[in-house]
Amino acid sequence: MGEMLREKYVRQPTPFCPGCGHGIFMNAFLHAADEIGLDFKSTVFVSGIGCGAWVPSPHFRADTLHVTHGRAIAFATGVKLTRPELNVVVISGDGDIATIGGNHLIHAARRNVPIKVFCLNNLVYGMTGGQVSATTPEGDITSTTPQGNPERAFDLVALARGAGAPYVARFPVVRPRKLTKGIVNALRFDQFAFMDVLSLCPTQYGRANRAKRGYEGPSLIWGMLEWQKGICVDREKASPEETAGKTLIGEWYAEG
Amino acid sequence: MSKDRTFTIQLHEDLCKGSDCYICVNACPKGVFAEGERITSKGLRPSQVKDPEECIGCDICEFLCPELGITVEEAGGTEQVSTSTPKRGATAPASGGWTTVQSSLDPGTHYMIGDEACAEGAIAAGCGFYGGYPITPASEIMVHMAKRLVETDGVFIQMEDEIGSIAAVIGASWAGIKSMTATAGPGFSLMMENIGYACMTETPCVVVDVQRAGPSTGQASRPASGDVMQAKWGTHGGVEIIALAPWSVQEMYDLTIKAFNLAERFRVPVILLADAITGHLRESFQVEETIELFDRIKVPGAPPFGSDDESGVPPMPSFGEGEELLITGSTHNRYGIRKTADPDVHERLVKRLSKKITAHMEEITDYELYFEDGAQRVVVAYGSTARSALWAVKVARERGERVGMLRLKSLWPFPGELIREWGRRCEEFIVPETNLGQISQVVQQHTPNPVSLVSQTNGEIMDPRRVRDFLMGRKRH
Repeated sequence: MGEMLREKYVRQPTPFCPGCGHGIFMNAFLHAADEIGLDFKSTVFVSGIGCGAWVPSPHFRADTLHVTHGRAIAFATGVKLTRPELNVVVISGDGDIATIGGNHLIHAARRNVPIKVFCLNNLVYGMTGGQVSATTPEGDITSTTPQGNPERAFDLVALARGAGAPYVARFPVVRPRKLTKGIVNALRFDQFAFMDVLSLCPTQYGRANRAKRGYEGPSLIWGMLEWQKGICVDREKASPEETAGKTLIGEWYAEG
Repeated sequence: MSKDRTFTIQLHEDLCKGSDCYICVNACPKGVFAEGERITSKGLRPSQVKDPEECIGCDICEFLCPELGITVEEAGGTEQVSTSTPKRGATAPASGGWTTVQSSLDPGTHYMIGDEACAEGAIAAGCGFYGGYPITPASEIMVHMAKRLVETDGVFIQMEDEIGSIAAVIGASWAGIKSMTATAGPGFSLMMENIGYACMTETPCVVVDVQRAGPSTGQASRPASGDVMQAKWGTHGGVEIIALAPWSVQEMYDLTIKAFNLAERFRVPVILLADAITGHLRESFQVEETIELFDRIKVPGAPPFGSDDESGVPPMPSFGEGEELLITGSTHNRYGIRKTADPDVHERLVKRLSKKITAHMEEITDYELYFEDGAQRVVVAYGSTARSALWAVKVARERGERVGMLRLKSLWPFPGELIREWGRRCEEFIVPETNLGQISQVVQQHTPNPVSLVSQTNGEIMDPRRVRDFLMGRKRH
């Protein structure tokens, strides 16, 4: 399947660091796209600036629009309103979508523009050297918070739901089958869909927080994947006691 | 997943990024993978398939490989590897170029404010998308477009800010439709980054800046021409831009049509530098029966971002045509492939983006001459200021002054040759401006003759008496 997906949908190998969570998302996305027969000829991928934005551009064999930092959703809005018959999919990072571009995110959710937004949330600005993002957990180390992040992190699921998004989901890359199933549901959804994809950045975030987070295992990325598995609980299965202090994963459909 | 089934595992060693990843080695519940023994030419040590017979077909390695480098198949399975890759481009015929169409308004005299005439010009030019944000004194363009685009089956959206507005306009243009936005100084400032993106990605669109008195919030409903240099140099990187300057409601209509034609012809954002006078003035204007329109050239399968001609304009495909478009604001080659460290590609691209404009000055440059016979002094004016200047020149002529006037309808690219030519015939230039001197400096760059600025920055239309007194005062010296 990996070979087939790559040949069918991907132009060239990625430049991502070894073990990059974005690669795992890309893998899951292509599994999902192939499963539902997403027609790449009638799909436009829009992305901004950062590592996450490189998942579709220049890799996907489809129309790709690689835009200015933070503005992918606004560009995508113009495309979708003009050509409603095209699938318009935004794939970009947490810095791009939720920090510099947060305003466009909440307004696209409010308007219910029928685009799909996948926010590859690796908790950090990877490409520019590991600076703090709006999703970096409080207390964590980044190159611009050497003594620990003094600010609170955005809960992107709560943000998107609060802005009125009718489909919101959160899945971690460590659970690739759940992630794939979620992507299938998001792509099939006929309204605005937002997914907080919990990705991982071993290079910028992992190294800086290795000691603090106690990533253990035979390799840094494996330690991070194990950590991610440990902090996530399925919102539908877990009891209230089990969810305390954990990150809820799953899907949230708006009522009505 | 029972053990009586056997699986084959294909590991793409060239893609494997080695020991810093090894997710497959750690993820496999059966220890099928092992750390590599071979070091590649890239200095990586790819993982290896050690015990394939242990595989239970759980697929977790395939799902977790960030490089899509692992394929697990059941031995004797029927899974087909698709080798078909989509072809570039459809086989549709080439299209685009000049056409003559019926005017959208009834031919004859119409009476409206400049902002509305601008919107009507856009509709006449075939604009099908407007994205904007409210701002004085440009809001009437948006309000009029909101109404008109319903009637013409176009798309209208009021975005969350001016950054989003120009972004949506560029997205709509690539979706295959003529698109525009309108704003004033503060919003124009916010749009600068994406205007540069439109230049770099060669995206046709029209941006109307109904200039008001700045800096900052300034005087929101008062006219000025303080954004002339911003239109040219506001976006980073330094690239040629096309900007037109209407002086009447008639030209709010005519030059908007021209702006769309130039945008489509040269694949550039075109800026219409109106001001609070031309935007809010109400006067009559004429609509012809037909208008000439240029539609972007389409040549299916042709490279969308390059040309063998160093001043060439490449054809422009749209989304959904099977072209697998790679559109990026990063430096790119003719196919849109990023070349962010190639000096030759960068230089060639940046030069062509400018040359495709400067090599076609005759198609872009637009001006009008008044009282040019025997003019020893030439007033160079543009926008609403030219209305005041023309009155002053007329009065000065009546009193025997040998004064003429050159009215610039296109400001960028600056028609320097025109100034050089007039500089050989006249003795000096006078440039009245409602700023501290912007075009006056550019005029001086193109002539050794003295250039005098008549500046007024009080948020009022240029006082015609100020220009007249300057012209007459010179005589007394």
